Amino acid sequence: MTQPVLDISNLCVNYQTPKGTVQALRHIHLQVPPAKVVGLVGESGCGKSTLISAVIRLMAENAHVAAGKIRFMGLDMQGFSASELRGIRGRDISMVFQDPMTALNPVLTIGRQMVDIQYRDGLSRKKKRERAARMLERVGISDGLSRLDNYPHQFSGGMRQRITIAMALLVQPKLLIADEPTTALDATLEVQIIRLLKDLQTDFQCAILFISHHLNVIAELCDYVGVMYAGELVEKGTVRDIFHRPGHPYTRSLLECDPSVIEEPTRFLPTIPGDIPSLIDLPKGCIFQDRCAHVMTVCRKTPPPAVHLGDHHTAACHFLEE
Amino acid sequence: MLFYLLKRVGLAVVIVVVAVVLLYSMIHVVPGDPASVILGPRATPEMKQELHKLMGLDRPFVVQVVSFLGKVARGDLGMDFFSQRPVAEIVFKQLDETLVLVLASITWAMLLGIPLGCYSAVFRNTFSDKLVGVFSIGVIAVPSFVVALYSLLFFAVTLQWLPAIGAGESGQLLDQARHLILPAFAIGLGWVGYIARLVRASMLEVLNENHIRRARAFGLPETTIVFHYALKLAILPTVTLLGTGIGRLISSAVFAEIVFARPGIGKLIFDSVVSRNYPLVMGAVVVSTVLFVLSTTISDSINAMLDPRVRERL
Ligand SMILES: Nc1ncnc2c1ncn2[C@@H]1O[C@H](COP(=O)(O)OP(=O)(O)O)[C@@H](O)[C@H]1O
Ligand code: SF4
Ligand SMILES: [Mg+2]
Repeated sequence: MTQPVLDISNLCVNYQTPKGTVQALRHIHLQVPPAKVVGLVGESGCGKSTLISAVIRLMAENAHVAAGKIRFMGLDMQGFSASELRGIRGRDISMVFQDPMTALNPVLTIGRQMVDIQYRDGLSRKKKRERAARMLERVGISDGLSRLDNYPHQFSGGMRQRITIAMALLVQPKLLIADEPTTALDATLEVQIIRLLKDLQTDFQCAILFISHHLNVIAELCDYVGVMYAGELVEKGTVRDIFHRPGHPYTRSLLECDPSVIEEPTRFLPTIPGDIPSLIDLPKGCIFQDRCAHVMTVCRKTPPPAVHLGDHHTAACHFLEE
Repeated sequence: MLFYLLKRVGLAVVIVVVAVVLLYSMIHVVPGDPASVILGPRATPEMKQELHKLMGLDRPFVVQVVSFLGKVARGDLGMDFFSQRPVAEIVFKQLDETLVLVLASITWAMLLGIPLGCYSAVFRNTFSDKLVGVFSIGVIAVPSFVVALYSLLFFAVTLQWLPAIGAGESGQLLDQARHLILPAFAIGLGWVGYIARLVRASMLEVLNENHIRRARAFGLPETTIVFHYALKLAILPTVTLLGTGIGRLISSAVFAEIVFARPGIGKLIFDSVVSRNYPLVMGAVVVSTVLFVLSTTISDSINAMLDPRVRERL
């Protein structure tokens, strides 16, 4: 494999809270190859957003990286100064967030906001506006140049998400990170936005780290998938690996809830009985033990190793074989 | 924006009319016949009746109110029976002084309070933020007449740096400015605290909003984020506060005007209430009401200018 755009190894992130230390991410290994789309699935609260805020180093004040390395284009981001980080954000890495209704500044025109993010380019304002307008048209907003003078509230939610996507691609990033970009939208809009992203990805050839808790979106858009559970990456592989040959009991129960998952994927993560363990007081052994149908004594004693099931396919469970 | 302005000005006119009607009826249900106050204890019933006719008090109440409103609209606030001069002339002469004082106080309070608030929000929970916080709460707590008295004693009497009383020679700008410093300091000081607190609170809120996080994710410089992206939103509550605050400022101007023996509308209202000079009280109060409504109208319009979403409301 060529050098990955993003290479996360052994990442651990903690939140300091009055109740104790929340171990939100534990020993995450994940690579995003150039021009590929990597999806992350997992129930809400499993640490998806924590992972990406650690990547762009825009973390909550009580968060702290306890261990691990994040390499971007081969460079160790831990060693970056604040200004070097700012240099990467919005140029090499750009973001699309979950809620399009609050993602744009309500008192500035979208033209102003789209021109501002090009502040590094030595172009005239007029040129920047033209680029912005072309990008708007590319994401399906017609009459781009005159729409630049509109304010965010003059656009619908779906339109606004198109605008944030346009902005994210305007800077021609090497890596686009999208944190549940369609969760706040209804099903028809979701399909449109996913088609658009797929289309744009083919055009722009950037790598995408795509977070969702919709299985169908992952199956439709991604090349690789990571399945997260309670702060751990329990399984990862290609889309075919995960959807056709799931190894980990958690992945399997996600898919088993709907047998026709590939042909007609479920919209939401199915609910699996039981509760996610407390991230402050972690159980000994396997993180999934309380909800696992195959749990044995060993699961409660020792944490399972990562088992290689194929070229790109690994899962962490005691009862899998290479 | 133009449509918003029209609507807002229309609303302002309605508010003024209602307020004037209320004020007029209030003064006229208060016991005590203005004629007996003006003419003194030795007035005969005939003299009183004559004066009533002159003041239009013999007509039905509704007619009185309507004719008063009509006069107000033409800028005629009636005659002052003591000095035999038009009330409007007396009031407007004093108004300049008060407006200058209020504007000077607000301006310096804003120039200091807004940056302090931004600073506190950006460096939240540091030692200097806490220092600013203690300072703000301190100056809010001290009444402006106390600041007025102490600053008068210290700067004018003890140090003799600044003049103690009056508004300065008219026409001599420097002298007038020197006379303005202490009263404006006294009035504005509490507002520095208010504004700093308010800007800090709303700035903290705005800095936590998603679009700011997103602006950071695009690597925009921190100064752009704070002063262009966040301040434009964080300033909105302050603009609203100042709009209504002008009314309170005018009343605190009364203190400063009395302490520093400055002419002004506050002192005028105070003096005319003391001497039961009703036409003058009425005139001065009507003008301050108009001023109050005007300032909220202006602050609302500034809000609408800053925030496109407001323009479509009302
Ligand atoms: N600032 C914070 N302080 C304490 N705990 C947090 C904070 N942010 C997130 N968490 C906790 O970390 C875990 C992961 O959260 P998050 O990354 O937002 O999950 P996801 O995006 O997958 O829904 C959750 O248990 C959440 O409660
Ligand atoms: S290690 Fe045990 S508890 Fe964990 S997933 Fe595998 S079988 Fe289930
Ligand atoms: Mg999330």
